[in-house]
Amino acid sequence: MKDIKVLGPGCKRCQTTAEMVQAEADRLGVAVEIEKVTDYAAIAGYGIAATPGIVIDGKVVHAGGLPKAEDIAKWLA
Amino acid sequence: MTECCSKTAAESNPAESNPTASPRTAAWLAATLAALVAWGLAYAFLQPAADWATGLLPLEPGSHLAEAVAFFLYDTPKVLMLLVLVVFAMGVVRSFFSAERTRALLAGRHEGLGNVAAACLGIVTPFCSCSAVPLFIGFVSAGVPLSVTFSFLIAAPMVNEIALGLLWALLGWQVALAYLGFGLLIAIVAGWVIGRLHLEGWLQDWVRNVRAGAVELPDQRLTIVDRLKAGLDAVADIVGKVWKWVIAGIAAGALIHGYVPAELLASIMGREAWWSVPAAVVVGIPMYSNAAGIIPVVEALLGKGAALGTVLAFMMSVIALSAPELIILHKVLTGRLIAVFVGVVGLGILAVGFLFNALFA
Repeated sequence: MKDIKVLGPGCKRCQTTAEMVQAEADRLGVAVEIEKVTDYAAIAGYGIAATPGIVIDGKVVHAGGLPKAEDIAKWLA
Repeated sequence: MTECCSKTAAESNPAESNPTASPRTAAWLAATLAALVAWGLAYAFLQPAADWATGLLPLEPGSHLAEAVAFFLYDTPKVLMLLVLVVFAMGVVRSFFSAERTRALLAGRHEGLGNVAAACLGIVTPFCSCSAVPLFIGFVSAGVPLSVTFSFLIAAPMVNEIALGLLWALLGWQVALAYLGFGLLIAIVAGWVIGRLHLEGWLQDWVRNVRAGAVELPDQRLTIVDRLKAGLDAVADIVGKVWKWVIAGIAAGALIHGYVPAELLASIMGREAWWSVPAAVVVGIPMYSNAAGIIPVVEALLGKGAALGTVLAFMMSVIALSAPELIILHKVLTGRLIAVFVGVVGLGILAVGFLFNALFA
């Protein structure tokens, strides 16, 4: 089970990012647990300055803008 | 800050790109060059094509309607083409800057030079309005002085790259450069002034207690192909979002061009009416529009005898200060600090309006 956090205040892009990660995980058959982090202090604590951000198993893999599906697949592998 | 994050591809991990894959790079470069040439050819034929299309319509030549339609038919493809080019170029440039990198560049900078650097980085660093708060917190808690952070936050929306590109193409490089220069100046001076006022205590309480973590993002070395792709992504993203605004703006511009009497406009927004600059700022601040939509209106207003300073002051206050942005910023700034922010930036815009009116007769 991969622990995934999507960081963002809850704008549309953050929503889309979470959906993209879930869709890619479903496609690859990877079990994930997605949590949305909307608290600004918590987001800043991860060290990113642009949202949406993605944290997988405690490691920041992406910050700012929508990720690409192919990259998500790589992070989930 | 109105166009949301345009850097989708730029920030992602380009592990698939192989630096030795030069045939692929060559193909991308050749395609880009071919597209630029095609763009240039099409652009050169816009006026005859628009004249021809206008002539096909059953309109009385010289009538208000014919004037408005001709403006619309010429300006729509022209502005959209320019927009694609400018956004593409900016997408490529922005692939060199990320918010995290900008923050690292500005952390620990002193005021003065730091304000200048922040204002310049504000133009090229991509971030969207929903990122304004994390960005602000990230900057402040990483040790970027408040005044430098404000220079960045003011320059980012104030000097809008779309506005810059369109002004250059529609009104000439002098106007575009003046807009760039004065926009940067406002951001630098306003940030510095806010720093002098020592308003750190006017941040919302929780902001001062946040500590930003440091982050190592995965390999972000991008190839030329990645950067060109980032440009294309920006076009798909931004042009896909703003084209409606552009067409609405051109339609408004066409109506002004066709129907508004020049004498009327000159008397309200002309150089003789000194009060027109403050009026433009007061009207512009609560308005919220897209830079891409406002420029065709600017073009039409100028054509009707409005003064450049007045029109630019209006444009700057519309795009630099907006109610939605201020509401978002209220999460980190107290009302008093927001009032200072609006006041300082508003005064700067006012000064630029008067200066432009004095410079461009």
